[in-house]
Amino acid sequence: MSDAPAWLRSALAALTLAAPSGLLLYGFLSAELEGRVGLVLAAGALAVAGAWRTGWLGRLVRMAGERALVTAFTLLAGGLVAVFHDDPFVLLLMARAFIVLVACLGLHVQLADAGVPNFAGAAFFGVGGYTAAMLGRGALPHPLVLLAGGAVAAAAGSLLLLPLLRTRGHYAALITIAFGLLFRTFFEVNESLGGPQGLKLAGLEILGFRFNDDRRVLGVEVSGYAGYCLAAVAMVLLALVLVRRLERSWLGLALDAVRLDETAAACFGIEVARWKIAAFTLGNALIGVAGGLSAMMVGFIAPNNFSFQESLVLVSILLLGGLGNVAGLAVASLIVVWLPEKLQPIQEFRYLLFAALVVMVLVLRPTGLVPRALRRPFGSPAA
Amino acid sequence: MDLLAQYVMNGVMLGLMYALVALGFTLFFGVLNVIQFAHGDVLTAGAFAGLAGYAVAVHAGVEAALPQLLTVALAATLSMALLGAVLGRALVLPLKGAPALNVLLATLMGGTALRECIRLFYPGGSQPQRFPALLPSASWSLGRFTVRLDNLLMLATGVGLILGLSLVLQRTRLGLAIRAVAQDEETARTMGIDFRRVVLLTFAVGSALAAFAGVMNGLYYNEVNFGSGLLLGVIGFSAAVLGGLGNLSGALLGGFLFAGLQTLGAVAMPFASAYKDVFAFGMVILLLAWRPTGLIGERLGERV
Repeated sequence: MSDAPAWLRSALAALTLAAPSGLLLYGFLSAELEGRVGLVLAAGALAVAGAWRTGWLGRLVRMAGERALVTAFTLLAGGLVAVFHDDPFVLLLMARAFIVLVACLGLHVQLADAGVPNFAGAAFFGVGGYTAAMLGRGALPHPLVLLAGGAVAAAAGSLLLLPLLRTRGHYAALITIAFGLLFRTFFEVNESLGGPQGLKLAGLEILGFRFNDDRRVLGVEVSGYAGYCLAAVAMVLLALVLVRRLERSWLGLALDAVRLDETAAACFGIEVARWKIAAFTLGNALIGVAGGLSAMMVGFIAPNNFSFQESLVLVSILLLGGLGNVAGLAVASLIVVWLPEKLQPIQEFRYLLFAALVVMVLVLRPTGLVPRALRRPFGSPAA
Repeated sequence: MDLLAQYVMNGVMLGLMYALVALGFTLFFGVLNVIQFAHGDVLTAGAFAGLAGYAVAVHAGVEAALPQLLTVALAATLSMALLGAVLGRALVLPLKGAPALNVLLATLMGGTALRECIRLFYPGGSQPQRFPALLPSASWSLGRFTVRLDNLLMLATGVGLILGLSLVLQRTRLGLAIRAVAQDEETARTMGIDFRRVVLLTFAVGSALAAFAGVMNGLYYNEVNFGSGLLLGVIGFSAAVLGGLGNLSGALLGGFLFAGLQTLGAVAMPFASAYKDVFAFGMVILLLAWRPTGLIGERLGERV
């Protein structure tokens, strides 16, 4: 295989990775009974652990390369949407996981790249949602409404810039925590924004295409959520390309420097404040856009959806996946969003189990599931 | 005027509660440089432990209020001292040297687990529980201003506890050891101080304070709720940070300041008293923007 052309090798490796994961995801999503869910989970855990131990996982991932992996992810997601085209529950689950992934990519830029803590992720998510709720009724085209959600979230975040730039560590963390609580209380008591009952939203509509309607495509009944799911996948791709390009560019280098050592970065002429502002604002914008899409999909938004707990869930996904690793992030958001929903009998215990899981990962494997990959020096061979 | 006095009285009660929680945060930060964020839920657990102690006392046929009160207080503080040490041992010490964010998240999640345990496993824990009024309910009125004896008793006990804590820290060998560890862990170790023991004892003491605040909270509102610890924890943390982490008088100042801000928010905006938390947290952000390491903060020069 070593003499095959590079693209073929990468395609084959990506396929080898995608096929079993697709099978696993299909098995997991289609499983109805707890027994089968457990079986699929055990099989998945075994397969991943085995591939990891023998080193095959790492080798295949390296061989495939990022581009092939992203393509494989897209095809996989598209394939799953096609398979579950008439199952609104599964489609909703998938769309939610993808939207959460976009929001986590925003947090990733802030926390993993620039080292700016944000414990108010859910609040910015909610800002995007409320913006979508207010603007979505007007004549503004919906893609612009989503972007406006991001812009308003970024603007709301800019209120925090000055305090965030002046503080560090726990003090900075407290500022975002306080902001998250403040915002939630604000939405709860503000009657013009629906108070605790929240607001209803119109569904997403692009160029006259209404995402909420079920329709027949080529003679097959397709649930309305399939459209949302595809929109979420598109959003993930856009965010992924944006974030990875950012990280691989000199901008990413500057962010890394700021995170690792502010003083040293400043000594090398990197303007710390500027990069922190850029990362924080970009991250909030991503979170806001994701929040807008989520609110439009669910058709309803209330302050309860963005409590401090939810912010914690977002940060946990980051740490669970491995701070600084986008692949780990994707895996972690799937686990965190899907697992509790699929394990209906333990619904009551899910926060408890989730909390215990996070604590266990943090104590036993502090780097997360997939540790941060080292930046390769320029000119070094790929892998 | 009398209405104002009433506000001040309520503010002082709240401030004492916040200060007690903030003291725990600042103690933990002092010895280990970590934030133990399960602290708020330890407070709730303390209130529920006290409630369980009350149930046991009633079941055992204890009728008089004073022994009941003692049972509640002892059950709460002792069990939470133990729980605090266990949390320190299981969650915080193993993560020593990990990034601060990891410890923050681990303890937050530990707190979530604790809260969920109360909700799921305490009989009727998902509903607010009535907390028995164990203190004498005499009160004196002065116009619209009412002083209640139970509030005064709580106030006195709380102030006594804080004074006791500062005495322990300043005058005893344990206090000396805690201060030594807070100042410089390695030097303290070379001086023969058992680091683990000091840390765990600090966690026990801080958590017992939180348990007391929990019982106080229950007695004050006559109700405990499994979720109330989260907000109280965040407020206590804000108070500790506002005063300057690792600084005991800072924690006291922060606690009363936060209560003052809340009260001020409620008084200044009577039309919108629901916004009092918005106001208080907004002020916290502003104050931190003004003094980034707290009001009585550590002043650190940066060494490269």
